[in-house]
Order: sequence, then C-alpha cells, then structure tokens
Amino acid sequence: MTETPLLSVRDLKLVFDGRKGPLTALDGVSFDIRPGEILGVVGESGAGKSLTGTAVIGLVDPPGRIAGGSIHLAGQRIDNLPAEAMRALRGRRIGAIFQDPLTSLHPLLKVGDQIVETILTHLPVSRTEARARALDLLEQVGIPAASTRIDHYPHQFSGGMRQRVVIALALCAEPDLIIADEPTTALDVSIQAQITSLIKRLCREKGAATMLVTHDMGVIAETADRVAVMYAGRIAEIGPVAEVTRRPRHPYTAGLMASIPSVLRRNATLQQIDGAMPRLGAIPPGCSFNPRCARATELCRTLQPTLGLQAHEAACHHPLVEADHG
Amino acid sequence: MLFFIAKRLVNAAGVMLTVALIAFIIFRFVGDPVELMLNEQASQAQRDELRQRLGLNNNMLVQFATFVANAARGDFGISYRNQQEVFTLIAERFPATFELVLMATFLSLAIGIPLGVYTAIRRDTVLARLLEFISVLGVSLPSFALGILLILLFSVTLQWLPAFGRGEVVQIGGWSTGLLTPSGRLALIMPSVTLSLFQITLVMRLVRAEMLETMRTEFIRFARARGLTDRAVHFRYALRNCLMPVITVTGLQIGNLIAFALVTETVFQWPGMGLLFVQAVTFVDIPVMAAYLMMVSFIFVTLNLAVDLAYAYVDPRLREDAVAGTANGR
Ligand SMILES: Nc1ncnc2c1ncn2[C@@H]1O[C@H](COP(=O)(O)OP(=O)(O)OP(=O)(O)O)[C@@H](O)[C@H]1O
Ligand SMILES: [Mg+2]
Repeated sequence: MTETPLLSVRDLKLVFDGRKGPLTALDGVSFDIRPGEILGVVGESGAGKSLTGTAVIGLVDPPGRIAGGSIHLAGQRIDNLPAEAMRALRGRRIGAIFQDPLTSLHPLLKVGDQIVETILTHLPVSRTEARARALDLLEQVGIPAASTRIDHYPHQFSGGMRQRVVIALALCAEPDLIIADEPTTALDVSIQAQITSLIKRLCREKGAATMLVTHDMGVIAETADRVAVMYAGRIAEIGPVAEVTRRPRHPYTAGLMASIPSVLRRNATLQQIDGAMPRLGAIPPGCSFNPRCARATELCRTLQPTLGLQAHEAACHHPLVEADHG
Repeated sequence: MLFFIAKRLVNAAGVMLTVALIAFIIFRFVGDPVELMLNEQASQAQRDELRQRLGLNNNMLVQFATFVANAARGDFGISYRNQQEVFTLIAERFPATFELVLMATFLSLAIGIPLGVYTAIRRDTVLARLLEFISVLGVSLPSFALGILLILLFSVTLQWLPAFGRGEVVQIGGWSTGLLTPSGRLALIMPSVTLSLFQITLVMRLVRAEMLETMRTEFIRFARARGLTDRAVHFRYALRNCLMPVITVTGLQIGNLIAFALVTETVFQWPGMGLLFVQAVTFVDIPVMAAYLMMVSFIFVTLNLAVDLAYAYVDPRLREDAVAGTANGR
C-alpha cells in the first residue's frame, strides 16, 4: 500500500431516519481503491453494497443520510462537499453504471444526445466535438454501425447494447473512478461475460479505479484485483481476490465460497449457510454473523470485531487459519 | 401510421353518427317542428305544405340520412327564433368562444406547468405547501362564483376591467378577433382567468404527480449520477417525460372548456357559442340546440384525434409502432 489510494472510505456510517428512530444500514465501512485497481464487492442481498456505492457518488437521498466517517477522492474529502461541487464531480471524476440498462436511459431522448449533453456538462468542448467524441465512445464500447446508431432511441437497442451505451455514458468524461453496481445482473447470461470484459478492458485502458458490485464470484475471480465481502452493513473480509477465494478467513466468506458451484473445486457438494442475514434494526450485538456461525463464542456475541490494516483482513475473532483449508 | 389514422377516423365517424342520431331525435321529437315554426294562425294547408317541404312525411331512416347529409354540409336548418341560417349563427359566435378557450388553455399551461414543477421539486417548502392548498380551493370554487367575485373587484370596485362583452373586435376574413384591440384584450382577461382556474389547478396537480413519479425513476437517478445540472434533470429529463399526460389531458380538456365556457360566457355575457346555446334553450330554438350539440361533439372528436397524433409525435416508441402498423407493446 505504498501508492496513495484514489478512493478512501473510512468508518462510513449511513442511517435511515425512520419513525422508530434511525436504522443503521452501513456501520463502519472502510476500504481503499488504488488508481487503476478493480475492487469487487460481494455479499447477500441487502448487505449494503449499493448503498456504499450510492454514498460514494453522493446520491444518498432522505430519509437516508451519512451519519459518520469520511470519503476521500484523491486526497480530497468529498462526503461533505456542497451539492453543486459534488454534482460537478459526478460524471466528471466518478462515473456510475447501474444495474438495469432498460431503465437507465431516458426513453424519449436519442442516445447520442444523452451522451453529448453529459460531455457538454463536464468538458469545455463544442457541440460538434462532443458529438465526435460520443461517436468515438460508442465505437469503443462496441456498438456496430455507431454512426447511425448514435441517432437512435434507447428502445431500438437490445439490453446488452443499452448497457454498452450506459457504459459509454459513464465513461464519457474520463472519470478516475467508476462505480459499477451489478452491471450485468439484468442481462442475458451469454452477454454478461462480454459486458464484464468490456468494463475490465476499458478500466484498464483508461486507468480508472473501479468498484464492481456483483453477486457473481466468477466475475470477481476473473475481473477484480481485490474483493470486499459485505455482511449486514459491514465489511466482513477484504483482500486480494486469490487470497480471499482460496484462503477465506471469515467463516461467512468461507460459507459464501462453499455455496458457489465451481469447476475448480474438488468437493462437489454445494453448501449453504444456515439462517438469514438480520434485518436492519435487528442486527445482533458483537459480530453480526454470530447467530449463523459455527465458531461463535461468548466474545463474538459481545464484542464487535474490527478490520486491521493488512492487505488481507477479516473482521473475525476466530478467523480460519491455514490448517482449516486442508 | 396510415392504418393508425384510418382506424381512429372510423372510430370518430362512429361517435359522430351516434351524436347525430341523438341530435336528430331531439330535433324531430322534442315538440313538433311544424308547430314551432309556424304561428298559431297558420292554416292546415300551410302546415301540410311545410310538413312536405321539410320531408317529415318520409320514412324515418330517409329523414335521418337527410339530416346527416345536411349536417355534414353544415346545413342545420333555420333558427326558429330569428329565421337565420343556424350554421351562420354559430359560425359568427365561434371565434369568441375559440379565443376564450384558447386563452384559458394557454393560461392553464403557462401557469399550471411551472407551478406543478415547483411544487414537485421544492415540495418541502412553505410556498409549495401553500400552492397545493390553494389548488384544492381552486378546484372547489365554482367558476361562476369566481367570475362574480372578479367582476365585483375589478369592474365594480376598481373599475379596471369591463364587466361584460368582448370589447372592440376586428373582422379578418370571416373571423372576428378581439385580440388586436386594447379593449378586446382587456375584456378577455377576466373570462379567461375564470374559465382556466380549474384547468390551472388540474394541470398543476397532474404535473406535480407525474414529476414526483418520474423523479423516482432509474433514468433520473442515472442522469443525476452523471452530474447533469438540476436544471437539465428537472426540465429536460423529468418534465419531458411528464409532457405526454399533460398533452392528453389538456387536449381532452379543451372540449370540456368549450362546454364549461357556457357558464363563463353567461356570467360575462361573452358573445360565444355557449351564450347562443343558453339563449336557444330559453326560446326552445331546437335547430340551434341540435347544431350546438353536433358542433361541440365534432370538436371533441377532432381533439381526441389530434391528441392521439400528438402522442405518436412525442413518443418515438409509439411513432415507430404506428409506422410499422404493428402493436408489439415496446
Ligand atoms: N430508502 C430506504 N429506506 C430504508 N432502508 C433502505 C432504503 N434503501 C435501502 N435500505 C436498506 O439498506 C440495506 C442495504 O441496501 P442495499 O441496496 O445497499 O443492498 P445491496 O447489498 O445492494 O443488495 P442487493 O444485492 O439486493 O442489491 C437493505 O437492508 C435495505 O433494506
Ligand atoms: Mg444493490
């Protein structure tokens, strides 16, 4: 960790102000992404992956609010910026790709116009230059016959093609950081791999740091440099992909890995983790995973484990060690 | 597109025929036309002669066909009251109503849309809440009451605006317009405000609801995530998405405005079709009533058609389906 991180999230706490008081949705989330690095984020539905991304791009809407911690982008604190400054940052320095390409684009505007408008918002170029750039981008993301497609409406594209347009939109001002929230979940399996490798290639080419949220450990293994495993609003484990997948330390991660079918794994039996992730407001004291954990002790039920500062860390009082991986 | 238009035209013709039937029944059976047209002293021979000339002895179907054919040519017969051609009578009054309704529609959009956008995007401000409250009042205040209040304030007390009439009008071709003279424009203010009040609140609440709905969509979130300015997000992205329902409702409401203009025209003695109709009713002037009914229906039907076409123009998805003549949903 010699390089300064591009994105640095520290002790991020996000709450929803409800009628029965605040509900903590993110609790002490900390991670870094270095320039050009791809951080995968995995975890069960409701673990807080999307919220983390939303907090980074500064789009947490009431009743949600950031209640603590900090977010730094290239050394500059961005979580408390005035709205207008944050807006100028979004799209320019942080690009976002959302899950559903069918609903991400404005249905009544030509895709080219949507790209041109975004470019003109952020870069000091003329309309003609912006259009040339939009065309170039559409070609880069692999849209065939881009020069005619640029004047088409979103409904004239297939889902996969629309996601390519969404990627072009996210990249059009050359951001340093890309937040991709399940960019392939809504797509056909046959297209998922194409989109994933497109994102990976473009991030590498442009040197953009990326936070890639996904449910697919296969995608993580192929694409990401490091991975963060989230559970109930906290990071359970974070580390280099190879380390975390082969030698998980947190029992939750180990369970997650065991529940994934893999051609590489010899023991063919799929396992699943018993129980369900607690709802917000019903998160147990201590380690939030303790009710489902075979290794849990009294300590786990009282004291919340924390993450250290090493490259590979697990928030666990009784992490799995080398011997456990046989 | 041609197929689409043809289908809508057939529908429209069906509606018009139904209305014609109703108008015909009123014309033919509400009182005896012969009795209403001739005076008490007319002889039986005169009566029979008129009956023959009007074709009232023919088979009902033939009579209806003749009625429809005449109506299609704009021939609605002679007014019982002043023996003028009904069509000319209505045509003379049409510009007054048209200008009133046009102005009211313009006001409802020009005021209703900005208010709707404001109350949606600044919905927690005191002003937005106040506007919503006022809009509820606006709906429940009957337009004649507002008209009378306005007359009391601006004509009787302040004496700024005329209490009745259209002011000075200018003839351009067959069209009499009040828009070109200062007194004509002044006279238009209170009637159009009265007529549009309900419409303003309707547009405002429609735009507000649509805006709130649209602001929750993914494409707005994505637009914000790309750092587009609030202005672009609110007006170019969100409002654009709301325009279709606004077009529909406004287009369809023009018909209602023409109908409601009847009340406004009566309050302000505005010499339009509505006032003509009210006068016709008091004199049991059946041909004028039947013609008014058909004219207003014709306007309704035409507007419906125009709204459908406007829809196809605004939404590229519909445009394409319509061009291809298919209906494959997306
Ligand atoms: N507006 C809201 N009000 C209250 N709770 C919310 C709101 N939005 C999200 N949450 C809660 O925050 C938690 C985290 O949500 P988030 O969308 O980040 O999950 P996720 O990890 O992205 O899940 P998924 O894999 O399903 O996308 C969930 O428990 C969710 O119920
Ligand atoms: Mg999510």
